[in-house]
Order: sequence, then structure tokens, then C-alpha cells
Amino acid sequence: MSSEFSKVWRLPGDIDTDNLAPGAYMKLPVAQIAKHTLESIRAEFASSVKVGDVIVAGPNFGIGSSREQAAGVLVELGIRAVIAPSFSGLFFRNAFNLGLLLLTCEQAELIGESELIQLKQETRQDALLGIQHTFWVISEKREKLKCSDIPDFLMQMIDHGGLINVLKFKMNYAHNIKAE
Amino acid sequence: MKNINHSSSMSRPQTLAQKLIAKSAGVEAVSSGDILTCKVDLAMFHDSSGPRRLKPMLESLGARIWDTSKVVLVLDHYVPATDAQSTQIVQITRDVAKEWRLPNVIDTQGICHVVLPERGHLKPGMFCVGGDSHSPTGGAFGTYMFGIGATEMLGVVVTGEIWVQVPRTLFMNWRGKLRDGVCAKDMMLHMIARLGMNGGAYQAVEFTGDAVRHLNMHERMTLSNMSAELGSQVGLVAPDQITIDYLKNTRNDLNEEWCRHALQHWYSDEGSEGEHFDFDANELSPQVAAPHSPAKSASIQSYGRERFNVAYIGACTGAKLEDLRAAARILKGRKVASTLKLLVAPASAQEQRIAASEGVMKCLEDAGATVLANTCGACAGYGFNFQENDRVISSTARNFKGRMGPASVDVFLASPYTVAASALRGELCDPREYLS
Repeated sequence: MSSEFSKVWRLPGDIDTDNLAPGAYMKLPVAQIAKHTLESIRAEFASSVKVGDVIVAGPNFGIGSSREQAAGVLVELGIRAVIAPSFSGLFFRNAFNLGLLLLTCEQAELIGESELIQLKQETRQDALLGIQHTFWVISEKREKLKCSDIPDFLMQMIDHGGLINVLKFKMNYAHNIKAE
Repeated sequence: MKNINHSSSMSRPQTLAQKLIAKSAGVEAVSSGDILTCKVDLAMFHDSSGPRRLKPMLESLGARIWDTSKVVLVLDHYVPATDAQSTQIVQITRDVAKEWRLPNVIDTQGICHVVLPERGHLKPGMFCVGGDSHSPTGGAFGTYMFGIGATEMLGVVVTGEIWVQVPRTLFMNWRGKLRDGVCAKDMMLHMIARLGMNGGAYQAVEFTGDAVRHLNMHERMTLSNMSAELGSQVGLVAPDQITIDYLKNTRNDLNEEWCRHALQHWYSDEGSEGEHFDFDANELSPQVAAPHSPAKSASIQSYGRERFNVAYIGACTGAKLEDLRAAARILKGRKVASTLKLLVAPASAQEQRIAASEGVMKCLEDAGATVLANTCGACAGYGFNFQENDRVISSTARNFKGRMGPASVDVFLASPYTVAASALRGELCDPREYLS
């Protein structure tokens, strides 16, 4: 299935958690930290970004702190996905836990500022690894770009809107089983 | 998720990281790339990542903490409270600690990564998570410990479990012996410059070699701590007699049999898979990272004149007992430059007391240092921050733009030796000039 068109915000490599959620605002709720997202490198971002837009960045996106608000602000602003050649491992976990889709794409650097792209999702059963989800970046400017596979348990976090909803779902399920 | 081994051979040599994961996952052996669910032996969180974020989520789930005896709460980020918001965060944290009847609360006694081992909470073979990115510090004790965000911590405190993908191991092999005035911080800055900020690619790093074996526990903690800046999940040092001696000082339940088993089991097997990086400790000189990345590190000789108006010795990375001792060796009987202020925030109250008993704190104060609270302080940038256009040399871990103050602040990172020597001159200075 292919999605709607998303507008690309192009960012450099090594975007750190202080760029995304600056320490000085960490006392505030996520909705307010979000107003300062990327202000040290791209002042207009937080006020101009639209729900459904996509970030395409250079390598090492999300390096630095464990503060999950760095991913939370992007969810708050309605970012549909972040596409980059590599992510900080800690940021990667936080993003999926909050329902933010990260797509690891070696050729992300080919995608340009303000480009309109679509994301196409394919699902398959791997004999060894179980259900895997593959995303493709579709643009009329080039051949489609493949992103790394996402295991099903991580994709469930995206589909449910984060780990807390997955936990709710599982606890309700366990509760209902007991009730029966 | 079921823990199924894809590895066909059970006798295959295992890395330390693989052994630690296999134990907590309840399987014989694991292979890189396997995704497993692990039982968590200890979960640490602090006043920023902890109760204020966890309480509302726990309540919305109607869930409780799986085992409060396995939780350690540390107040270190927003203490001492400086304004209404931080006062409120600290109050919520203390109220929740009471409400949840947490048996292990360490309030304004030091930085989480330092007080955790100091209070005997870590030992080899454990599998731990922390609500802070510098949680890999625990790896110095042969503990598989890594940082996670607040929502993932919710998952841990509700289920007592967490998933991991078994990492590859990057062996950082340091042969030779460090020269006087060169320390673990210099080793780390050098490794980050060579591999890059995400060069660890969320794999396991293990520090090995003679130079590592000679380091005391504080110095090993510096290596493991800054594994975060390498982007690895964990930074491990296999336990040895130095580890055991430290642990025996912090807890009294370690019998000889346990110690023998720890030494005979928690190391990487001969022939276990990994990538090897070789370093020569003899050749290493003091390292300095220019703004705004730890990866912009180079030998001090490659720098021109860099003037500073602030020198900062602080944080879990750079203000442990050994760091304070290093600074005191340089500062003893000397005065800080009149153009600069030296700030020292000892990483824990206990370490500050030991430093005071050794005369280390007096050396620092006599040289003109201002001593700050035993908290994260300026390093986190949550409360106390540097001012517009400050030029800072700091023993902390990160010099990202805007982290420790306004975007106009320039922070250089170096060892406590180099920070102390630079404080004396008011400009970048090789500490070896003061050691003979």
C-alpha cells in the first residue's frame, strides 16, 4: 500500500537530542518543548512543519541523551517518518516506543529538500525472522529506494501508536482471557 | 517474543556481552543479531526521566511496579531546585517515592552513575537498564547496562523485561602504559575521534589490554561512561581483582566462591567473534575536543592558543574521586588565572568526603575553585548554565551546541588534568608541564 504524498524537510547528519529537545526547555511538557524543536539549526521548522511531513537527514540522527522527548516532539508536530542512513540506537528505541516511524535508508542522501515522496509498505513472512515489514521511498525523481526491514513487534508499536498502547492492548487481552 | 536460539552450536565461543545477554534471557548461548527478551536485574531512573514521566503512564495502565527492590531512584538532575518548575519536579519525585514505597532512593547525594556502584548496586553478571544515556557506565563492573527512555522504562517496570538485539562486539585493545598526566578521558576522546560519535553503531564495546587492566574502577567508569558518545549500547570491562576489591568495599555479601566464579566466567572467550581496534597507550598525549562535538578531538599539541574564562570539573564523566585527585595534583600550591573562574561539582557526596579527607578539596579551594553541589549541574544544562559567549574547558562528556548554555557558548572537552592546567594559565595548557 502506498501512502499520501509527504513533503520532505532535509537536515544534515549528527542531529543531536539537544537540537531536537533543548535541555533548557526540558522542564516543560512535550507540547511546549515542541515549539523549540530544531531552533538552534532551523528556526522556522517548528512553526512551519505540517502534519504528515517527513524528515530526511544525514547519518547518526538522534545522537546524545536518552530523553525521549527528542522523539516525542516529532510525534507532537505530526512528523510521519524520519528517513536517514543511520540513527542513534537509543533514539531508535525511543522513537518506536512513542510510535514514530524511523526508516533506515542507505541512499537517503539522494532525497532533496521539499521533495514530495510516498512511502510504500510491504509485509512478508521470513522463515527465520518471522514477519518483516519493508518500506520503499517512492518519488518521481528516481527509482524507488529500499529501507531496512522492520520486525513485526516494532511495527506493532507504530500501528498502536507506541509501547504504552501495546501494553494496554496486552493487559486488556490478558484480563479478558482471565474473565472468560 | 519467544527466546529461540538461532545458533546451531552451543559450544561456540561467546563474547562477554553475549554471555551477559544469554544469562538474562535464560538461554545457553546467543548469536549477534538474535532478538531476545531479557529479565532485568535492576532499573535505575532519576528525577528527570523517572516518576514525573512514569506515574501518569503507570496510572493510565492501572499497573504497578513489578519489583520495587529492583528499582533505584536517584535525584540528581533538578537538585538543588533553582526555580518553581524544578521545585515542582523534585517534589513530585519525592512524593512518588513515598507513594510507591521505593526502598532505594538516593536524594541529592550525587550523580546516578556514580552513586549506583558506590552503594553496591552493581556487580558482574547483572543485566540493568537506566533512564539516562550514560547508563553504560555500569559496564565497568561487568554489568550489561544501557540507557533507555521513559516509555521504555514504563515497559520495564511493568513487565520486568526488555528486548535486545544481540550486538557484535568491538574490542578496543589498549596495549602499553599511559604516560603520567594522560588518563581514561584522553583514551576515550581519542577513540571517539577515530570511530566517530556513532561509530559504536549501538553494538557492544569491550575495553581490553594492559593499559585498561592497570586502570582503577573510577577510570574504567570513565571509559564505560563515554561509550555513550561512541554510540554503543554498552561499554564493558571484564571484571578482575581490581573490580572485586572495589566491590568488597561496597557490599559484604560476596563470598570467595562467588568472586572466583565471577572471574572465571565473565570475560570474552578466546576466539569469540568481534572487530578489533588496536591502540598504543604509550603514544597517547592529552586529547582535547573542539566545539561542538566530542568527535572533534585531537592531541593537545595540534591546537593553537585557546583562551577560556570558565574551567569546569564536573559530571559523572569528569568529577569522580580520581578526577578530583588528578586536578589537585596540578593545582596544589598554585592559583587559578585571574581571568578565569574554576567550578568544581564533585560527582558524589561520598567521593567529596573522601577527597576532603585526603586534602584534595583543600587543594582545589586554595587554588580558587568554587565548589558546587553534587549533581549533574551544567553538564545536563537543566538548571545551572553557562552565559552568552563563555569560553569553557570542561571535563564533561558532551559539548553539543546549546547544551550547556546559549548557542554562543564554546565548550572544549578535556581530561581533569588538562582542565586544571588550563585553569592555571587561562588558556589551553598541556598538564605535563606541571608534572615532573
